[in-house]
Amino acid sequence: MKTFDYVRPATIADAVAAGAQPGASYLAGGTNLLDLMKGGISRPERLVDVTHLTGLDRIERLGDGGMRIGTLVRNADLAHDPEFAKSYPAVAEALLSGASAQLRNAATVGGNLLQRTRCGYFYDPASACNKREPGTGCAARDGENRLHAVLGWSERCIATHPSDFCVPLVALDAIVEIEGRSGRREIALEALYRLPGDTPERESVLEVGDLIVALRLPAEARAFSTHARYLKVRERTSYAFAVVSAGVALRIERGTIREARLALGGVAAKPWRARSAEATLAGGSPNPASFRRAAEAALAEARPSGDNQFKIELARRIVARALALAAAGTPARLPALPASPFASVSGAFA
Amino acid sequence: MSFSISLTVNGVRRDVELDDPRVTLLDLLRERLHLTGSKKGCDRGQCGACTVLVGGRRINSCLALAVSHDGADVLTIEGVARGDALHPVQAAFIAHDGLQCGFCTPGQVMSAIGLINEAQAGDDPERVREAMSGNLCRCGAYAGITEAVLEAQQNLVTASQRRSA
Repeated sequence: MKTFDYVRPATIADAVAAGAQPGASYLAGGTNLLDLMKGGISRPERLVDVTHLTGLDRIERLGDGGMRIGTLVRNADLAHDPEFAKSYPAVAEALLSGASAQLRNAATVGGNLLQRTRCGYFYDPASACNKREPGTGCAARDGENRLHAVLGWSERCIATHPSDFCVPLVALDAIVEIEGRSGRREIALEALYRLPGDTPERESVLEVGDLIVALRLPAEARAFSTHARYLKVRERTSYAFAVVSAGVALRIERGTIREARLALGGVAAKPWRARSAEATLAGGSPNPASFRRAAEAALAEARPSGDNQFKIELARRIVARALALAAAGTPARLPALPASPFASVSGAFA
Repeated sequence: MSFSISLTVNGVRRDVELDDPRVTLLDLLRERLHLTGSKKGCDRGQCGACTVLVGGRRINSCLALAVSHDGADVLTIEGVARGDALHPVQAAFIAHDGLQCGFCTPGQVMSAIGLINEAQAGDDPERVREAMSGNLCRCGAYAGITEAVLEAQQNLVTASQRRSA
């Protein structure tokens, strides 16, 4: 690991000033950043430790019925917050399907939003990678790419965004509050991310010094709480990133879907909102045919970036199954294996 | 640059002068404080052998910078027994053959203590397995580990009920 200066600002303003210095990175839970630094992938000159800042670790119910989550709230604390889990159950399920218990105790909300891709070539300094070293090429294009993107990719980069948490958040129109050199602003989480295009090294719209201070979930998103699920296919039962995942939320009244929300994970460089699929569901009845139609719409633009044609059909099936699970109703208690397609056979291996 | 930090480790306050900000909590414990029970397996947060409790919560100490944990309250495997009396989780691992080579065991035990503190798994072996998935065991002692965690949890719950009765 390359050495670095370590600073521990006392206020958010001091943090932003320090974070705006050349070569600075913010340090929160460190579960992704330290891993990247150990591998020589991230080489910050200075770490700005924000974990000692006060007031950024609260989960608040807002006057309008929404919720505001401080950037330093740990993944496990958010998932197990009774009010949050009841209001936004698909988000809690996504959180608990990610990483391990140890990592969920350390990883923060803000860090999760900004975690880097798990593309193996990005993590290998000996491989060409336009994201890590712009202009060097993309070793994944002709390499091991069965887990890579099928939507929104470019010839320069076919990496995916690895977060589970962000998938239902994007479906539910979550908002990010950002403190920067010119003050506070907020943007939709979906708009935080950039597709790779010709500049895969630029992953978000954040500017130098920008610090995510909070995440907000709108009050309207609570209307989906009785029909919301997250479903995730992994290459092992637990503690693995998504091959494909789907966050689904339905508002059903008297047997009719009034409104649908759908986002996909593991398929693109950002959590992928599927609005055209949502539109096919609104006003119809929840049944296998309408779910399959929505799944077709969600993947209409998909194309393989390599040896990953299978992910497109897999994603369709996961979307249809997540919709069926959501239509059946949010379970009173999360399954033993959150988000797992094998949850229905829980106990089979006892 | 040098950094002075203070931590509580197994109930004892330790003042440490760090000459390098790169030192992880794991390396601090093993190399500076000579508490070598916490193991360095992958050093990348993938195997769980370095699991310790910070503020009562289990984390991977290999992915924690020591300097950032100034003021932390750390519990390691060296701090869980009372003299010769093993912690109930340690005793249950022995009773259920929850180990073979033993390398992953300190991390497994600390993770199990963290799991029991979290009180999310109940008596469901599937929930225990899921909650222990951050601890790898290359000898494959998982069946015994699951039994050990369930029994230790039961013993601890019974003991705490007896105390409050």
